[in-house]
Amino acid sequence: MSELIFQLLGVPPQALFGQLLLGLINGAFYALLSLGLAVIFGMLNVINFTHGAQYMMGAFGAWMLLHYLGIPYWGALFIVPIVIGATGIVLERLLLSRLYHLDHLYGLLLTFGLALILEGLFRNYYGSSGLPYTNPIPGGTNLGFMFLPWYRGWVVVLSLVVCLATWFVIEKTKLGSYLRAATENPTLVRAFGINVPRMMTLTYGFGVGLAALAGVLAAPIYSVNPIMGSNLIIVVFAVVVIGGMGSIMGSIVTGFGLGIIEGLTKVFYPEASATVIFVIMAVVLMIRPAGLFGTVR
Amino acid sequence: MKNNDMSIFAALIVLLVAAPLAIYPVFLMKVLCFALFALAFNLLIGYVGLLSFGHAMFFGFSAYVSAYTVKAWGWPTEIGILSGTAIAALLGLVAGTLAIRRQGIYFAMVTLALAQMVFFFCLQAPFTGGEDGIQAVPRRPLLGVLDIANDLHFYYVVLAIFAAGFLIIYRTIHSPFGQVLKAIRENEPRAISLGYHVDRYKLLAFVLSATLSGLAGATKAIVFQLASLTDVAWQMSGEAVLMTLVGGMGTVFGPMVGATVIIAMQNYLSGFGEWVLVIQGGIFVVTVLLFRRGIVGEIGALSARLGRAREVEAKA
Repeated sequence: MSELIFQLLGVPPQALFGQLLLGLINGAFYALLSLGLAVIFGMLNVINFTHGAQYMMGAFGAWMLLHYLGIPYWGALFIVPIVIGATGIVLERLLLSRLYHLDHLYGLLLTFGLALILEGLFRNYYGSSGLPYTNPIPGGTNLGFMFLPWYRGWVVVLSLVVCLATWFVIEKTKLGSYLRAATENPTLVRAFGINVPRMMTLTYGFGVGLAALAGVLAAPIYSVNPIMGSNLIIVVFAVVVIGGMGSIMGSIVTGFGLGIIEGLTKVFYPEASATVIFVIMAVVLMIRPAGLFGTVR
Repeated sequence: MKNNDMSIFAALIVLLVAAPLAIYPVFLMKVLCFALFALAFNLLIGYVGLLSFGHAMFFGFSAYVSAYTVKAWGWPTEIGILSGTAIAALLGLVAGTLAIRRQGIYFAMVTLALAQMVFFFCLQAPFTGGEDGIQAVPRRPLLGVLDIANDLHFYYVVLAIFAAGFLIIYRTIHSPFGQVLKAIRENEPRAISLGYHVDRYKLLAFVLSATLSGLAGATKAIVFQLASLTDVAWQMSGEAVLMTLVGGMGTVFGPMVGATVIIAMQNYLSGFGEWVLVIQGGIFVVTVLLFRRGIVGEIGALSARLGRAREVEAKA
């Protein structure tokens, strides 16, 4: 039966499941990054254009720790998000916080400028050809219908766990309820004696940390490259437009879903695989302009 | 035209007519093409309040169309430029219809994503020549008589195109249509409640902006005899934003000043490789934090303040 289906589809199962796994991995990165963007946007009303550069810095952070200090992957997994998150906190305090009283567009322009600076600096010192990073969990297992490399499975599982944990903290805990309240009405929440500016700073740091974590996860899969972030962030923007930034679960589901769709496109119509997400975005804009999970604000 | 703007524009044209005496015409043509591009971009951000992060799709795709029709099909130069412009208008209609369905920050993301789609299309489509682009586009005599292989001759043609573009934009923003655009920028819900079909106005402004960006791109392709992926990449959209921001968003002459400053800077720093990116990013950050009105905007604010001080003095 299943063989018949594959014959009808005209693709070998290995290729199909291989691309599905690749799609799932891309989806994991889309989900982590769009989740960070959504959390930051919800709290700060800023679209963080630097997100891609911070993801790139995460990957470089892992590479630098290994090559300059000899700290392996597992150390980098904890150190890098914290360090890059801390640089995000500095950035928010020094620069971003000065623009909250202005049109949101200025936040976008500022973070765009920062992204250019960071990308330029890394291209200057490391070139744009890409650096290899050894796979910390080599090998894999044969599932019968496909070969599953351990590391790729680990990326999917870890990003799912991190996404769901973020969702849990924001939707189900007391801290999360403060956060959601401050998103709705910061003035009122401040009147209750909660330090909203500090929450905004920490939120930005957390979102940036998520981007850096995605970068560390990406390092062994893609080569570590100064332009890896700017290429990815534009796709993530499209993901965010499709999902809408209203819901945390929405960005997780959209991220993984679009990754899988992209993987399937690679099997059935490879020419369109680079543009399929943008096409979906166009369709969603026509049918449901607020995004699949979005609410009009 | 307001008298003041009129005399500045006249002085500018005189200056530009004389400029080739002192400055290399190819550099001047580049400045004019990008100034027109930035002016077209400014029509959206400055007068409708829409930040497009995807204007490279009009600039770059139109460059491809004009380069291809002139080189591969042997079309006359003027028809090549016009067909590039027309295709940009069409693309503007499609992209605009989609993008104006969202506002503010989403509008920026949608335009960026649509432009990236066009970029990937240009990367894969057979007629664009992939990474090489379309090179050695011939500069055939304009209208069959005017020899534009000569840089100086072509400079005056480009100047005429630029002046026409400027006047179209100037006329637009000072017309009743332009007043409605400004009303939308200031308070969209109120414009709707006054009975204006806001979406129609936005779309028309978007198409006009796309068309003129296309005109700039098509002209640029003939000037440099080259259309490449650089023209359609997201960095190009960023440059339009940067030029307009530095010169002054929503000012008549700002985008021109910004284009001149940025192109001159790129020219002088071309030996520094990736540092240009860092410096451009730095200019973004400094401008957004310290002088958001841009060069022309700050000068305008300063002269307004001086004028007020003088009035107070005169009264006293």
